[in-house]
Amino acid sequence: MAEVVITRLVDARGSMCPGPLMALIGAVREQKVGDVISVYSGDTGSRTDIPLWVKKAGHELIALRDHEGYAEFVIRKMR
Amino acid sequence: MVVFSGTMDRLMPVGILASGAVAMGMDVDIFLTFWGLQAFSKRAQGAPPKFSGDYADMAPMFAEVMRKKNVPSPIETLRTAKKLGNVRIHACTMTMDMLGQTKSDFIDLVDRTTGVGEFMDLAKDAKITLFI
Repeated sequence: MAEVVITRLVDARGSMCPGPLMALIGAVREQKVGDVISVYSGDTGSRTDIPLWVKKAGHELIALRDHEGYAEFVIRKMR
Repeated sequence: MVVFSGTMDRLMPVGILASGAVAMGMDVDIFLTFWGLQAFSKRAQGAPPKFSGDYADMAPMFAEVMRKKNVPSPIETLRTAKKLGNVRIHACTMTMDMLGQTKSDFIDLVDRTTGVGEFMDLAKDAKITLFI
C-alpha cells in the first residue's frame, strides 16, 4: 500500500461509546473530500460502529490497526 | 422517543440512543414529558440528575465511574447529537400547563412545545418508537 498521508488525527481515547464515532463524524464533516482522518479509540463499540458508519456514509476505511489499549481507524472522506 | 423519566439512569440512554440514530442518518424527535421535561428546565441544571431509587445501592459507584471516565452528561450528549444530525426536542404542553411553565423555563436544547396529538402524528410514521 502506498503511504497514506493523514490529514487529521482525532484522538478519542478515553471517550466512551458513542463518543469516538461522534467525534469522527464531526471531523469528517469539517474536512475536504479526499482528506484522510485517523481516529484513535479505546471503546469496544467503535470496532463495529465506525466501520458500519464509514460504509453507510460512503467513505473508505483504509486501515484498522490495533495498538496497545486502543484501535486506530484510518478513513478517507469520499464525498 | 417519548422521555417520561428524569433520572440519570434513564436519561443516559436517551442521549446515547439519539447519538447512534443520528450517526446512522436517522431523524430523531424527542418528546419530553413530566419528569423527563423537568430535567431540561433551567432550574435543574445546577446539579446532575439523580439516579432512580431502584438503583440507590449502585448509584454512588456509577456516579464515581462516570466522573473518573469523563462520561458526558445526557444533556451534553444530546447537544453533540444535535450538532451532527436532525434531533428535534419537543416539550409537552400538558406538563407545562399543569406546572405553569413556559418555553423560557427550559434550556435552549428544547426546540419547541408540542401537544401529544401532534407528537403522536409524527410518531406514527417513525420506524422506531421508544418510551423511556
